[in-house]
Amino acid sequence: MALVLGKADLDFRDEVRRFLDAELGDELREAGRRSAGVFSDYGPAMRWFRILGRRGWNVPHWPVQWGGTGWTPVQHYLFASELAAADAPSFAPQGPRMVAPVVLAFGTPQQQAQVLPRIRSGEDYWAQGYSEPGSGSDLASLQCRALRDGDEYVINGTKIWTTHAQYANRIFCLVRTDARAKAQSGISFLLFDLQLPGITVRPIVSISGDHELNQVFFDDVRVPASALLGEENRGWTVAKYLLQHERGGSYAPMLRARLRRLHRARDAAFAGRPPDDAERRDIGLKLADAECRIDAIEAMELRTLAAATRGETPNPMQPSIGKLLGTETKQRLTELDIEIAGLAAAARVPLAEAGAGPLPLPEQAVFGMTAYLNDRAASIYAGTNEVQRNLIAAQLLGLRG
Amino acid sequence: MNTPYDFDETQVLLRDSLQRWLDERFGFDRRLQLLARPDGLQALWRGLAQDLDLLGSAFAEPAGGAGGGAAEHLLVMQTLGGALAGEPYLGSAVICGGLLARCGAADRLSALIEGRLRPAWAGQELAARHERDAPGSTLLRQGGGWLLRGRKSLVLAAPGATHFVVSAALDGPGGELGLAWVPADAPRLVRRDYRTVDGGWASELGFDGVELPSDALLRGPDGPAAPLLAQVLDEATLALCAEAAGVMHRLLHATLDHARQRKQFGQPIGAFQALQHRIADMHIALVQAEALTWASLDALQAVPAERERAVSAAKVMAGRACRIVGQGAVQIHGGMGMTEELAVGHYFRRATMIEAQLGSVDWHLRRLERQAAAPAAA
Repeated sequence: MALVLGKADLDFRDEVRRFLDAELGDELREAGRRSAGVFSDYGPAMRWFRILGRRGWNVPHWPVQWGGTGWTPVQHYLFASELAAADAPSFAPQGPRMVAPVVLAFGTPQQQAQVLPRIRSGEDYWAQGYSEPGSGSDLASLQCRALRDGDEYVINGTKIWTTHAQYANRIFCLVRTDARAKAQSGISFLLFDLQLPGITVRPIVSISGDHELNQVFFDDVRVPASALLGEENRGWTVAKYLLQHERGGSYAPMLRARLRRLHRARDAAFAGRPPDDAERRDIGLKLADAECRIDAIEAMELRTLAAATRGETPNPMQPSIGKLLGTETKQRLTELDIEIAGLAAAARVPLAEAGAGPLPLPEQAVFGMTAYLNDRAASIYAGTNEVQRNLIAAQLLGLRG
Repeated sequence: MNTPYDFDETQVLLRDSLQRWLDERFGFDRRLQLLARPDGLQALWRGLAQDLDLLGSAFAEPAGGAGGGAAEHLLVMQTLGGALAGEPYLGSAVICGGLLARCGAADRLSALIEGRLRPAWAGQELAARHERDAPGSTLLRQGGGWLLRGRKSLVLAAPGATHFVVSAALDGPGGELGLAWVPADAPRLVRRDYRTVDGGWASELGFDGVELPSDALLRGPDGPAAPLLAQVLDEATLALCAEAAGVMHRLLHATLDHARQRKQFGQPIGAFQALQHRIADMHIALVQAEALTWASLDALQAVPAERERAVSAAKVMAGRACRIVGQGAVQIHGGMGMTEELAVGHYFRRATMIEAQLGSVDWHLRRLERQAAAPAAA
């Protein structure tokens, strides 16, 4: 593709490859390949996070003083591409990519020193407390309350879709601190422990049968006033800043890795058919179509990288465009996944057991259906794709969003 | 809403009594409880046979049937679809029952209608993709009987079945397609049971030299089984389209309810135009698939070329509609549509499974294309 690499970039890429050859073991690669949910399982993802940490590469996008790498945008892109191609597990973003950027932007030096090193070391694992049962797209209508009582806040309410809350020891939460103020005003951003009296976590099993999500209940939960990030009742500013970060990032490296995998799956599924099999040819056309879409996404992401390298202000529509293209292309790839799987897509067996025993089922088929079902969430989370289209149209038409 | 077909009184009675039984005995939670174990399928089968006595609805009277036809199969399947209860009726009654009826196996068919036998259709192999041949299974003559070898995949509702109807190449690879009647407890038959994405059950079957008596071979009046099988699978495909309509009606209704009740930004989300357009498209996809399904019913009696054309067109539209309605329903339900807790996710998974069942959209498109390319019948 259009990325022209100089010698320094090629050397960097080789360095990443050597590192992956040496440090990314078969077991972790297998865990990465079996990640049919939105993120990899907690166990292998955190093992990999710590291995990257020993090399100084687990929070590459942070400022250098906190453990970032100071790479160029092209290096970040190469790094993501190599990891995706090698089936490295992916880790959930709540710590390194969500709470870290807002603590860097809005936190006191003390909060930064409290939060950042413990994410990097893997001591703290974060959950995100944003959505509520009655507040999804309309996040500003949130009802979870935090009342100031001396030098504490008392929290009552509930948060939903909290990824990996069953593993997390910390949570960042949007709460209403002024019930009389209008929607966006009166919201505050709190950081606190998840293992406090009054907090219960209810698992939510997804349509694929996986447990990544939870609902968290707060019943007179007391947290110190120092949990406040930024100013009281100004949490909406923090929230919006985070949403921009959540929608950012590059999709093409992961999509390319998935497409390569689809080609392998197609070859395996049609191993017993003649090379001119009509279905094989039809699927080939669809894979080619997906490749064009990924090329275009990569081209756009590389333009964004180039602009970032020159220090230009990013196009305000870019995060929404990126989210739409990235999620909808990923969903398209999972449609091809179940098409390639054919009949076997209907089998619902644990991934690790699929290929075992005297009557094995193709593991890729089971993966494909799980990914297809889970990835339906991609057009719902982080601002539904309908909302993203509204944002783009509002920008284009010059309307107030 | 117009009904898709002019039902007579007996048919309306059949539909309403089945609907009532499903509401009372096979509601959403009850279904989940029953299907937690593979013998939950048996409870459903017993209910259809004993409580409702409807397994003969589509079969001729001499074999113990009620004298109906494919319309009864479609009506039963559409009603079962609304309760996520398509199996084992589709495999056991429509496919296996249809084969027994056309092969003159009256004793076995009447035992099926009484609910004493429940055969499952074992006709799929992974390497065959969506084709209906049996490249990996053979049925060899041995002494006065037969020897069956091979592997069958995704045998739906296999757990609890008393028999399997197995497709295999007669006299070795590449031979004429034969159908074998195999007891589920036959020696040298190995089985792996597992759940399917729609919450049902299926099995992988391995036949490691299963010995069968001479009357195990199902034959048509004219001999070869392939044309009979083609006819029965087309009937089953259309019945599956009817099931799809039942599934999609539930998805659409759940979506309408949710879009009316769920409020964001101070109004029901159904007030947002983006969702209105999507809901309208879901409805259109559903009603045209349903109309074409029922309109294709008469073509089941037509010559094979015309029958195949009509059935494939119906399955193409039903398969596409399943995707449009299923994905739309989950999207409009938001996060809740992604959970096991709401019924919508369960109906979505059934709709997704139907897309690829008995031939994917593209398989049926290719079959239509072949028909269009063939010289017109004189």
